[in-house]
Parts: sequence; C-alpha cells; structure tokens
Amino acid sequence: MSHSISRRDFNKLLVTGVAGASLGIFGTSTNAFAASKRVVVIGGGFGGAAAAKYLRKLDPSISVTLVEPKAAFYTCPFSNWVLGGLKTMDDIIQTYTVLKNKYQINVIADVAVSIDPARNAVKLKSGSTLNYDRLVLSPGIDLKYDAVAGYSEAVANTRIPHAYQAGPQTILLQKQLLAMRNGGRVIICPPVNPYRCPPGPYERASLIAHYLKEKKPQSKILILDAKDKFSKQALFKQGWEKLYPGMIEWRSSVTGGKVVKVDAPTMSVTTEFGVEKGDVINLIPPQKAGRIAFDAGLTDATGWCPINPISFESTIHPGIHVIGDASIAGSMPKSGFAASSQGKVAAAAIVRLLQGKVPAAPSLVNTCYSLIGPSYGISVAGVYKLTAEGIVEIPGSGGLTPLNADADQLSEEASFARGWYNNIIHDTWG
Amino acid sequence: MALNLRVWLTACAFSSAVFTSGSVALAAGSSAKAKPVRESAAKAAEENPRGLVLSLSCTSCHGTDGKSVGIIPSIYGKSTEYIEASMLAFKSGARYSTVMSRHAKGYTDEEIRLIAEYFGRLSHNKK
Repeated sequence: MSHSISRRDFNKLLVTGVAGASLGIFGTSTNAFAASKRVVVIGGGFGGAAAAKYLRKLDPSISVTLVEPKAAFYTCPFSNWVLGGLKTMDDIIQTYTVLKNKYQINVIADVAVSIDPARNAVKLKSGSTLNYDRLVLSPGIDLKYDAVAGYSEAVANTRIPHAYQAGPQTILLQKQLLAMRNGGRVIICPPVNPYRCPPGPYERASLIAHYLKEKKPQSKILILDAKDKFSKQALFKQGWEKLYPGMIEWRSSVTGGKVVKVDAPTMSVTTEFGVEKGDVINLIPPQKAGRIAFDAGLTDATGWCPINPISFESTIHPGIHVIGDASIAGSMPKSGFAASSQGKVAAAAIVRLLQGKVPAAPSLVNTCYSLIGPSYGISVAGVYKLTAEGIVEIPGSGGLTPLNADADQLSEEASFARGWYNNIIHDTWG
Repeated sequence: MALNLRVWLTACAFSSAVFTSGSVALAAGSSAKAKPVRESAAKAAEENPRGLVLSLSCTSCHGTDGKSVGIIPSIYGKSTEYIEASMLAFKSGARYSTVMSRHAKGYTDEEIRLIAEYFGRLSHNKK
C-alpha cells in the first residue's frame, strides 16, 4: 500500500509494458492453465447471473454451474416502483429459464453452505459437493440487525421491514402502506455508508410520497438518516419541493436523524434527540458482505471482500472471484447495475485466464436512475477505469442530471429509466 | 498492492496488443463439449479483446450485443463510422443527450474507436 506512482509514470507503464512483467501475474493462481474449464457461480442476482451468462457467451467450452436457491428473483431496482403503485411484484420477477435453455448453464436450486478454497470445492445444503477451476461469488449483502437495539430479522419480517432484499418484505411494506390511514406517518431510516443502492431510500421516499399524495394526501414522511448527506441530494430535495411540498422531512444525523433503538410493539424509534412514532416504519440497517463470504474467510476488517480489480479475484483466496455488493470495488457504488458490469468484466477475465491469456484492462460502468415521480426521472452515471490506486472514476466524466433541468429532460429520463430496466434485465437474465 | 497492480496493468496493456492474433488457435484447441452459444460474439471478442471489455459497459443499457429491447436505441447494426462519430459528438457536447455525454467523456478517442470497431465488426460478422 505504501507504493504509489504518478499519473505520468502510470501512463508510461501502460504504453511501454514488456513481456517479462506478465510472467508474475499467474503466481497468484494454480489454475491459470487448467485443462478443464469448470466455473461455479454462487448467487443468481445481478452479478452472478451476468457472470454466468457471459462466461458461456464468451467461451462456450466453459461449463458453468449457477447455484441459486430461489427459483424466482425479485430485483431491488424497481421494487420502489411497486411501493409507489407504478409496478407490481410480477413485473420485477426474474427467472433462470433463459440462462438454462439458451446459455446451457447448469442452474442448481440449492444453497451453497461452505467453500473450501484449498480443494476448490463448494458444499451444498443438499449434501453434494461441486468442484471448480474458478469460482465466482456474488453473495450480495447481509443486514447488521444488531446495529440497532430492538431490531432483528424476526421484527423485520413481521412489523418493521427493511425491504432491502426485494421479496416478502417488499410485499409487507406495501401492505402496511395500503392499510395506513390518511394522515398517517411513514418513517424511513437509511443506514450509514457503504450500503447497497445509495439513492434507494430516497427514491423510496419519493415514490411512497407519490402514492400518498394520490390516495392519502394528509400523510407525511419522515426520513431519519444515519448520514449527514446522501446520493443525488440536491436533485431529490428539488424534486420533493416541486412534487410533494411539505410532505417529506429529512433529518440528518447531526440534527437527530440517527436511530439507535427501535420498539416494534409501540411502533417507535429512538434517536439521540428523542422518540418518534410511525404508522409505518421502514428501517434499513447497516450492511456487510453476504454470510458465505465471511465463512470462507474472504472478507477483511471492513466486512467486505478485497479483490484484484482487473479480474475481481480475491486477494485472500486466489481462484475465487468476488463481485457485486460484497466486493470492495474502489469508487464504484454498490448497485445491481455495477454488479452486472463487474460480473461481465470478471467473466471476460476468467475466459482469458482459463485460456492461459492475460485479461484485457477492464472498464466498468454504473448508471442508476431514480424516479421522483412517474414523469420525473434523475440519473447518476459513472465510468470507471483501473489505475495504480485501484478502480477510480474517470475525472470529468459521469455525474448527475443537472439541477434545474427542464420538465422535458426529466420526463425523458423517466422514460429512459424504464428502458434501462428492460435492457439491464435482459442483459443479465435474458 | 500498488506494486502488484502495476505488474498486472503492464501485462494487460501488453496483452491487448500481442495476444490477439494467437488467440483463435488456442480457443479452437480446447475441447468443446457444449454447443457454441454465440460464435460471432466469441469471434469478435478474440479479434478485439479490449474492445470487447469496453463494449460490456455499453450493453447493460443498450442490450446484449447492442440489441436493445426497450426504448433505448440499439447499437447493433450500426456502422463503425456512425458509432464513432456519435460517441465523439456526445463527448464534445455537439449532440444533445440526457446521459450519453456523461458516459462518452469517460473514454479516450482511442477507446471510442475500439468500441465502435467491436460493434461494427459484430454486426458485420452476423450478416
């Protein structure tokens, strides 16, 4: 970590690189020139599904097994649209049919319970074992329930959902909103960084506001934030003022936003400043890499997985590529879109590694649309490259929808948000 | 960490230039039990590995192989020259966009050419 080189030196290296340097790179893996090409992918979300598909697409001689317990995967992107009444749960279901039939991926509906990095083996809940030449791990997040007193998985499943892994809790939160009286109060509690989908809680507030404005206009939303600023903040606040004046209140951490305790029986949360009662409470706890990453020893002190940014290969256990929310991917946010981009880049790298070749220098991307109202979309874009400091955003590129954009542009962005979903879904599962 | 990365980066830059021509034979030599899923995509990838990696960033929004299934325009079927000119116009701001100028500014002119060549070739291979 103590080494650093200047941008000029770095560019010079890229231009004048010589063959000898490439010899050292395979020292990290015993499988670089393996005759067999078996890749196991754990996790069928945005990262894992994209990796599995692109492994087969880019090199049909690789046999790919995807381990995912759920037959149907609900996407977190657009789950806020469900809460706003703009989509149904059926609209956000993805299945593995195309990956099985068109891409001939062996999809196993089972849970990966442990990984043995020394033996290149994955143990499944059913008792069987899968051997791999390379493993792709895309486990997503786990919630730190113990970070807030009184919160637990049981409370989340019954009274105070986080709804941050789309599925039954999304449905629970939606039911609670439907059942709430006009004039009720919704409390949303976003977590500290880093967490999945940085603009997610604020798009959620926006689309819940859209629903309430139409059906229960006396109602209010209180956001009790563990942070002092948030993603696309100025754009969200401008949108809230325009579309939902007086309806959404945001409290930063320093102004009493940080929730330290929750009490399900009285439907209340305690901040450092006092107690707040809500008719509906959506508490999103802090997060860490999915359990299996911890069990396999792939995480560091941060609770996330350090990786080599060229191939997303773990710097702890060679031969295991960790992608998506669980990975430490430099300045990339934790998003489904970023996970899919990483899955594809990792697939391209694995294809070349299994062919005994050096991966091409990666380029990564993130594009996240947030809807504030049905015809009011905003976006953030980021293009990422590798430098000696890891994965960084290209200066001068990317960024946000401009503040004060006119109605036409915001409406156009809302349309592109729908087009974005269609294609990212198709590129990942279809 | 930085030192390891430097070695990798050197190798990556080197490989894009040199390994391209030898790659076809290696891939053909591997025993292919499963049927090829996308021969032309694999072929285009071997011809232009850096272009392929760059193109992966485009397909998330523009569809696999640049074939869009929604209102976002397809890249597939467009010529190398058209794609390159469009990207350069987005990059300079000469052409209006909501998000493309923010993306285009993330690529050098050389990278834009590689992307354009990759998609142009992909469309050509399939015809």
